[in-house]
Amino acid sequence: MSLINDLALKLSDAAYEGHTFDCLPIRGEVEVLQVQVSELDALPIYVTATETQILCISYLFRKGELLESRLAELNESLLEMSLPMPLSAFAIVDDFYVIYGALSPLSILENVLKELVTLARNANDCFQAFEEYLK
Amino acid sequence: MSSIIEKLLTALRGGVREMGEAVMDADGVRAIEREIEIAKGHIEDAKRSLTDVMVHKLEADATTKSLRLDIAKREAEALTALNQNDEALALQAAEQIARLETSVHEQLTISQRYNEQIQRLKSNIQKAEKLIADNERDLAVVQTTDKVQKATLQIADNAAAHNANLGSARETLERIKRSQQMTDYQIEAGEELQAERNEDPLAKRLEAAGLTGDSRSARDILERLKAKKP
Repeated sequence: MSLINDLALKLSDAAYEGHTFDCLPIRGEVEVLQVQVSELDALPIYVTATETQILCISYLFRKGELLESRLAELNESLLEMSLPMPLSAFAIVDDFYVIYGALSPLSILENVLKELVTLARNANDCFQAFEEYLK
Repeated sequence: MSSIIEKLLTALRGGVREMGEAVMDADGVRAIEREIEIAKGHIEDAKRSLTDVMVHKLEADATTKSLRLDIAKREAEALTALNQNDEALALQAAEQIARLETSVHEQLTISQRYNEQIQRLKSNIQKAEKLIADNERDLAVVQTTDKVQKATLQIADNAAAHNANLGSARETLERIKRSQQMTDYQIEAGEELQAERNEDPLAKRLEAAGLTGDSRSARDILERLKAKKP
């Protein structure tokens, strides 16, 4: 069974720090699992796996939604925030600003759960913290 | 040759969309994969040779050891013969010792040669392992870039199919607000419940009537004690 399918099964039964996990596989060429962490479900997390890592990504905003005049300031803040923020970092994929975490494919389930809950919490907090940069 | 990271950065600056493919096309990926396969094959061969050579070296070392024991034995015999003034027997033993020492020298040379072979094989294995690790890392960078881009398109399409907009700040804000409102309601409900418990109507009425258990029994006891006082 693929890592993503296996994860989907395990997540549906799991609970971590008082949160549960809602899983929805996204069909297509690449295996993607949409995960919503209970009480932190406003920003879904998308999980993909390669041979070398499990990537958990949450899409924050499109570039076009940000105030152009404050873009440089925002980018700098995001870079500065990346290190102190537990387990997560920021990135740009295509047109999106994302927050993400990467795990070894050998990670035990508990590490994946910790990652998902932490990422969901970070995504929620960051979104609100950076609201002022939105158009 | 520039690193894969440099190539990615150049592609990015050039505004290339399909970054994974820009730095390495399918043929490039296959070529690297083949190189990894070949290197893995080399490692397998080298490891097999290594085991053989190590066995041979152990054998040579064991032979040396047993030859040295023989030499010690012959030396003792020669000494005994000398003590008994049997020069002829001592000479015979000495000749044997000379032959044995030549053999020891041969075995040591052989062992040394095996040792050099072992070091060479080990260094070949290390080189091949490094080559594999470098290639696999490059491949991982390309594959991750490619996969994340494809996944993003897929996720955006999926969101659109459900009349949602991936990464739409307005929609996200709405969802966060709704979610927070739910949490607020839950907290409020919890607080009300707690407040109701604290203001248990029966307990309140009992207290008002001076019928709260604790104070009453204390008073009773005090009365009882007073009555006992002579």
